[in-house]
Amino acid sequence: MEFGPHLLLASLEGAVSAAVLALTAMGLSIVFGVMRIVNVAHGEFFMLGAVLAWWIASMIGAHPAVGFVVAIVIAPLAVGVIAAVADKVILQRIGYDPERTIVATIGLLYILQQAALMTFGPDARPVTPPFNQRIDLPWFEFTKNGLGLFWPWGLSITSYKLFVVLAAILILTGVWLLMTRTRFGLIMRATQQDREMSQAFGVPVDNVFAYVFGLGAALAAIGAVLVVPVQQAHYLMGHDPLLLSFIVVIIGGLGSLPGTVIAAVLIGMSDGIISVFFSPTLAKIVATMAVAMVLVFRPQGLVGKAAS
Amino acid sequence: MTREQKSLWLHAAVVLVLGALYFVLPEYHAGNLARIMVLAVYAMGYNLLFGYTGLLSLGHAMFFAAGMYGFGLAVNHGGLPAGAAVLIGIAATLVVSVVVGFLALRTRDVAFMIVMLMFAQTGYLIILYFGEFTRGDEGFVVQQAQRGLFGFDLSAQGIRYWAALILFSACLLGIAKGVNSRFGKALVAVRENEERARMLGYDTHRLKFLAVVLSGVLSGAAGAAYGLLFGYIGSTFATVQYSIFPLLWVLLGGAGTTLGPFVGVLFMFYLIDLSSFLTDAYMFIAGIALLLLTMFAPKGIVGQIRASRVPWLP
Repeated sequence: MEFGPHLLLASLEGAVSAAVLALTAMGLSIVFGVMRIVNVAHGEFFMLGAVLAWWIASMIGAHPAVGFVVAIVIAPLAVGVIAAVADKVILQRIGYDPERTIVATIGLLYILQQAALMTFGPDARPVTPPFNQRIDLPWFEFTKNGLGLFWPWGLSITSYKLFVVLAAILILTGVWLLMTRTRFGLIMRATQQDREMSQAFGVPVDNVFAYVFGLGAALAAIGAVLVVPVQQAHYLMGHDPLLLSFIVVIIGGLGSLPGTVIAAVLIGMSDGIISVFFSPTLAKIVATMAVAMVLVFRPQGLVGKAAS
Repeated sequence: MTREQKSLWLHAAVVLVLGALYFVLPEYHAGNLARIMVLAVYAMGYNLLFGYTGLLSLGHAMFFAAGMYGFGLAVNHGGLPAGAAVLIGIAATLVVSVVVGFLALRTRDVAFMIVMLMFAQTGYLIILYFGEFTRGDEGFVVQQAQRGLFGFDLSAQGIRYWAALILFSACLLGIAKGVNSRFGKALVAVRENEERARMLGYDTHRLKFLAVVLSGVLSGAAGAAYGLLFGYIGSTFATVQYSIFPLLWVLLGGAGTTLGPFVGVLFMFYLIDLSSFLTDAYMFIAGIALLLLTMFAPKGIVGQIRASRVPWLP
């Protein structure tokens, strides 16, 4: 393939990973924004969503579309409940102390990951996509008669991948509406701005935190259910989304939601494109190093404003 | 007896008991204990930064791996004798910890943890990227012939034990002395209240930097010793898991105590060893231990004993 079509293909693949990353990172960002804690187990909630999706789909066994629809409703709900319970039982007891929370969520990370290993096993398992038509894409070239279109071999995307991108956009819009237009969103933002004052005004902060932690985990799970027909479910699959979400949340400015989306698109696209043209390991080295440097030299993120 | 004398006697007794154990323990457990002592040096290095200076790092595996690969690559590709290779391993860690300390200490709290995590991840990926030399995931073995030091064959069970004990004792006694010095006390002052320490005229940034470098070099020395004594260099030792382990050990044994790191490694090692007939997923046990410790016993074993029974415990 020539460079142009190749780049288009890489950007399309990048768009899919950017969409999933935006959902996952949004969960981490909301949790950090409202609760001011770093959830290291976030990647495992992603993995749990994927594993549950496989489990539900293979239990139902009917047409793949039925299994998928059930999975995308049930799996995020179940993961959200697990996370909310973990918040009540563990994080609330240690008072959301930043360092102890990190240690506790590391513990949670290994418990969830190894529990998946013990029950789900070490194999990677696929989920059949609900629909999967191949859509060939045209590319242009200049001929004697002016601009002409042709269909290069291998330049195509599946309808399911397009659906993933659209679904992510829809869900993120929903989250934005939830945060800005509903009473629950108002309560969340109030808690984010001043925990004590909200409590004084009768906001049940403890319950809000449990809901927020559940919501964050559920967003990661939705991302995982969407991606699992493209990428198989595996008990170690939470590692990369966790690191990438960290990267996104840091670049976007800690706790800034629009910054998170912009950064997710940026990171997801460039990760996709760089991985096609260069060694994926090199791409990861550069990305990880760049993020560490952003944290060192611009801790408010690339998008965020400097603290006054 | 003063506190210092009591603690000196206690440490001397620990070293003597460990020496005596070699003649009592069956071969399998003596082998385990040699490994535990080397890992305890790693934990002591971590404790210096986490327990005494109050900086939680999630990236110490890069120091351990820097020492280990510095040693292993110098032996395997440089063809150096073991003694010189260990020095190269320690020098490599020194360079890494100076650079990382300089950069990472510009951040604090949660950002510091994540920056350390990112640096360690970069280190791990670099090891994978240069798979041609490091053999990537697979790792490589240091041959028996290359593991001699001062005419002793360090791959032999007995000599390995004594070498581990000498390294461990030197670090334990050095740290016990060091944390009682003006420098050690200043580190604790930074942990307890950095603002106040600064106001009293301490250069807290310099203290933290020195703590990172010292802690890194100790961890790297443990890494080089691990490579030398057990003969295997692998990228597993650079993964996040090996950054979490010292945190777990120190939390379990007791942060900010001289014997805590050793006690933590000992307990965790045998906990995993004993649970291995129940499940292969030993990190499950580690996860539960981390969770229970932070929730119910943040002081750890030695810390708890000090708080409730023996207030002079170092």
